[in-house]
Amino acid sequence: MTFDIALLLIQDGLTNGAIYALLALAILLVFAVTRVLYVPQGEFVAFGALTLATLQQAKVPGTAYLVAGIGAVTMALELIAALRARRTQGLATSAMLYVVIPTALLGIAVWLAPLQPPLLVQVLLTLALVVPLGPMTYRLAVQPIANASVLVLLFVAVAVHYVLMGLGLVFFGAEGWRTPSFTSFKVELGPMTASGQSLLVLAASAVLIVLLWQFFGRTLWGKALRATAMNRTGARLVGIPTEASGRLAFTLAALLGGFSGVLIAPFTTIYYDSGFLIALKGFVGTVIGGMTSYPLAALGAVLVGLLEAFASFYASALKEVIVFSLLIPVLLWRSLMSRHVEEEHDE
Amino acid sequence: MTPARIAVAVWLALLAAGPLYLPEFYITLVNYIGLYSLVTLGLVLLTGIAGLTSFGQAAFVGVGAYATAVASVQFELSPWIGLPIGLAITAAVALILGWLTLRLSGHYLALGTIAWGISLGYLFGNVEGLGGYNGISNIPPLPLFGAKIQTAREFYYLIWGAVLLALLSLVNLLNSRPGRAIRALRNASMAESFGIDTARLKVVVFVYAALLAGLAGWLHAHYLRFVNPGPFGVGYSIEYLFMVVVGGAAHVWGAVIGAGLITGLKTWLQDILPKLFGSSGQFEVIVFGVLIILLLQHAGGGIMPRLARLFPPKRAAAIAPDSAVDLPRRATPARGETILEVEHAYKAFGGLVAVNDVSFAVKAGEIMGLIGPNGAGKSTMFNLITGMLPLGGGEVRFRGERIDRLRSRAIVRRGIARTFQHVQLRPTMTVLENAAVGATLRGFKGVVPATLRLDRREEGTVLFEAARQLRRAGLGEHLYEAAGSLALGQQRLVEIARALAADPVLLLLDEPAAGLRYQEKQALAALLRSLRDEGMSILLVEHDMDFVMDLVDRLVVMDFGERIAEGVPESVQADPRVIEAYLGAAA
Repeated sequence: MTFDIALLLIQDGLTNGAIYALLALAILLVFAVTRVLYVPQGEFVAFGALTLATLQQAKVPGTAYLVAGIGAVTMALELIAALRARRTQGLATSAMLYVVIPTALLGIAVWLAPLQPPLLVQVLLTLALVVPLGPMTYRLAVQPIANASVLVLLFVAVAVHYVLMGLGLVFFGAEGWRTPSFTSFKVELGPMTASGQSLLVLAASAVLIVLLWQFFGRTLWGKALRATAMNRTGARLVGIPTEASGRLAFTLAALLGGFSGVLIAPFTTIYYDSGFLIALKGFVGTVIGGMTSYPLAALGAVLVGLLEAFASFYASALKEVIVFSLLIPVLLWRSLMSRHVEEEHDE
Repeated sequence: MTPARIAVAVWLALLAAGPLYLPEFYITLVNYIGLYSLVTLGLVLLTGIAGLTSFGQAAFVGVGAYATAVASVQFELSPWIGLPIGLAITAAVALILGWLTLRLSGHYLALGTIAWGISLGYLFGNVEGLGGYNGISNIPPLPLFGAKIQTAREFYYLIWGAVLLALLSLVNLLNSRPGRAIRALRNASMAESFGIDTARLKVVVFVYAALLAGLAGWLHAHYLRFVNPGPFGVGYSIEYLFMVVVGGAAHVWGAVIGAGLITGLKTWLQDILPKLFGSSGQFEVIVFGVLIILLLQHAGGGIMPRLARLFPPKRAAAIAPDSAVDLPRRATPARGETILEVEHAYKAFGGLVAVNDVSFAVKAGEIMGLIGPNGAGKSTMFNLITGMLPLGGGEVRFRGERIDRLRSRAIVRRGIARTFQHVQLRPTMTVLENAAVGATLRGFKGVVPATLRLDRREEGTVLFEAARQLRRAGLGEHLYEAAGSLALGQQRLVEIARALAADPVLLLLDEPAAGLRYQEKQALAALLRSLRDEGMSILLVEHDMDFVMDLVDRLVVMDFGERIAEGVPESVQADPRVIEAYLGAAA
């Protein structure tokens, strides 16, 4: 391997790693706040990429109908719950979240899509269409059994992954899409040429990570999420509603997922079922980081990206094997570090 | 015959007569259900009972299938040699993977097995010798005494014979000494304190489940006579888990029910949904996912617990015999010999010093009380003596030997048994089975003899001993009730019986009288006195002062982690520091 190729691979690895890092952060956030190992995070990546690809073809993306449809189902559930509890409190908010906004989004999508708006508007519309699916998923699948064991929640997450993947096929079809590059800009950095596209991904990921950091450090809701992650019961006792925290975590995860999809779309062809593997690489990053630390999870994800880039150069067919085998030394190390007997509290 | 037995008999008859009345399509379907049931049976043990999740079971099926495929096609060995080869490789992989992940908390195992499942799936598809994504074809049928097992109807009996044997072995295992240890795994620290090596046992369970999957793989390869990577991917592993969840994770029969239900439902959905929706989207995946979510939300336990209520078994699985040879007992130390010495014990949790420079000694044949206000460090002291927490400083000696560096399972082996402040029983196990967990170290039969029912003599002596201790504790009426159905006070008595079943020299009781009524406390005091008269030493944490003062020979009083007094009850009661600790500053 020459130095040039190595530089190219590093550039590739860092770009993918930055995207995996966003996913690792989302996965860790959801796990810390709700104890859900969020397998369907990958579907949001696929939805983001496919929505953007559809918009670029001046068509109405399937997510627009999906959001309206799932929103209606969620609203129906809220109505039933309200009828049972004989309460109308909160129904106005629900109607806003699950009916008014999704319907408005559908309208906007139908109106804007054929007009081929500028890229930035397309990206914003993509995120607006994907993000509401996060809290809806939480409301429909997780909230009714939010106190179940990690294991049961994992099964729910896997089932959600199946449902969303199946819906992805229905609403986007079996065909894969790759969007054109956002920019053809290139820059000479010493011996290497950095593509503007890669720089854009790195910059966007960095900005998002800094924004998240500010959100957790400075805002009341960010602190509430951190408190819930540290001690659920304690957080509830001081008046932080668990359900709202869960919803917010899923919303942020959907945002990070959809945004990762937008970023990854120009690099690789995305199919309705591509998300699973991409998200699992985020998981590997999170595990490398010990499932507790955000910076370590992000770092682990970047490591995964780099390893993947070099693995695909040396042994393209075995690239996934190599990436997932990275877990073995990590687990070995953690296993040797851990001395105490693990206690399983849930039944 | 109980309804449960009738139901099983009817099912067996229908199963045995299957090839006589089922059309070919259904024979194939039932064969698949059998193969899936084998894998799922292992998962019931692993996930449902031991609480460990594996997303790698399909990969283990693949190892078994590919091993025999390579052996019989490329090396032209008999399929009967391919079986042990496949099982050996499966066991080796499971050992390594289990050793790597099982000491970590549950989600590491889940993620580790997902990673291993995906890696192996790609490996199957990319290794030259394994035929790539095209797989290996022309696998020979199974030779049997000159004939061949070849058709679906012939395999029907082989597959279901294997399933029934696996089912039987699992039922046998669960109703045995190692089985009770496996069922106690979820209370890991309790299990360790009765001598169970939880890390090792988890690996054993993981290997057991993997071997069942490997066996299914062997059958799969020779039944279909073709292997390719498809059925060994993570998707199938997930499906196996769903089968367990749907059937009822903690029930052996749930494995077969779950496998049947999911396979049937999937076949039906794949048939009916395209007709309903016209196009060929993966509608069944969506419907399937939604059904699973609804099931988890509304019937978390799965189908089997509901069925079990319709067909209640007449009696418990583990029954104590009316008589049995007594288990050998430990030699009782001479009365008055110092058996436990705690010297300058120190323990801090971060900035909080829970035990600070505490020293005391317990002599053989005395009841020693350890009292103090809430938060004085009494339970921490217990955890330090029993090795559940590492000592920060000082020494603990038991019969002259230093034990403060030993694990709790080594300490119980030396003759210290305990009860817990927060009751640690397995609520779904019977009272008898819970008490028998205490006698784990007094038996020797492992997993293999247990599955083959070669442990019955020893099992009888262990259950007899557990029943004897329960009767002593006044629970003779409740032997076969679920431990979780007893009142809290009675559950504490079960804990005492469990500790006694370990044949201890020193008994550590953490608030044994809490939740007991007056008469029950009297009976408990009488029991403890008679134990003392037999030469046992007892260290007791208790808040009921009447109970304590009446019973103990000597007292140690702790407050804010420090020993503030020691002596006979009368002198301690008069000690001004004790009065201050309990009542505030002396007036």
